[in-house]
Amino acid sequence: MIPMSKIVRTITNILYVFIIGFGFYVIIHGHLTPGGGFQGGAVVASAFALLAVAYGRKKIVSMLNKEHLSVAEISGLLAFICLAFLGLGTVFFFNFLAVGRSIPVFSNTPAGINPGDLNTAGILPLMNIAVGVEVLSALGVVILTMFLGFKEGK
Amino acid sequence: MNKYVAAIALIIVFIFMFLTATYMHPFGEPENQDMDQYMIENAQNETGANNVVTSVVFDYRGYDTLGEATVLFTAVMGVLVVYKKTRKGGE
Repeated sequence: MIPMSKIVRTITNILYVFIIGFGFYVIIHGHLTPGGGFQGGAVVASAFALLAVAYGRKKIVSMLNKEHLSVAEISGLLAFICLAFLGLGTVFFFNFLAVGRSIPVFSNTPAGINPGDLNTAGILPLMNIAVGVEVLSALGVVILTMFLGFKEGK
Repeated sequence: MNKYVAAIALIIVFIFMFLTATYMHPFGEPENQDMDQYMIENAQNETGANNVVTSVVFDYRGYDTLGEATVLFTAVMGVLVVYKKTRKGGE
């Protein structure tokens, strides 16, 4: 596909940083606000789609590397499964950081109605980040593969 | 002929839907509330998350989320296999 007009490319240059930033905000604040790993990953992947549509196939190959995205996808899934296995002292998917609160990582206890504290919820933020990385790179791989799979328009 | 059959089928389906709608529970009062009440009351204490939905998705029902992530992984593998070039010059 040929790149779109200069107007679209200029607006894309301004916007895609904000879209990616918002996606990571949704991922990291998954235990406080609506959203989470899946939703934030989809938002970041939509920024990839915007870049692909605006810049065309020649430049997108130099911007996004499919191999790197594949590696990130697999490591996200592996991190999720490893986090689940870490609680195996009690049960699979045991929230070991939040229950005993012996390790001071994400271990604060919110009570009642509160404005929100990032340093809470045990392994939920870590799992959100793992799933977010997996989803954004998985959807990025799908977008890139399907985008580069089309023949050049003549 | 076909028109009559369709009309009768439509009326029967409508009657069943209408009867089902009259038997529905009032909104916000499900029959079994124990699990919902337990999660609403204890999720913040047990997981420490303000967002009860996230604590259900990643903690109480974490196994389900593992399945979802695996489904996404399998879908990506399927896309990669379908778009793979099998021959030189082929697609």
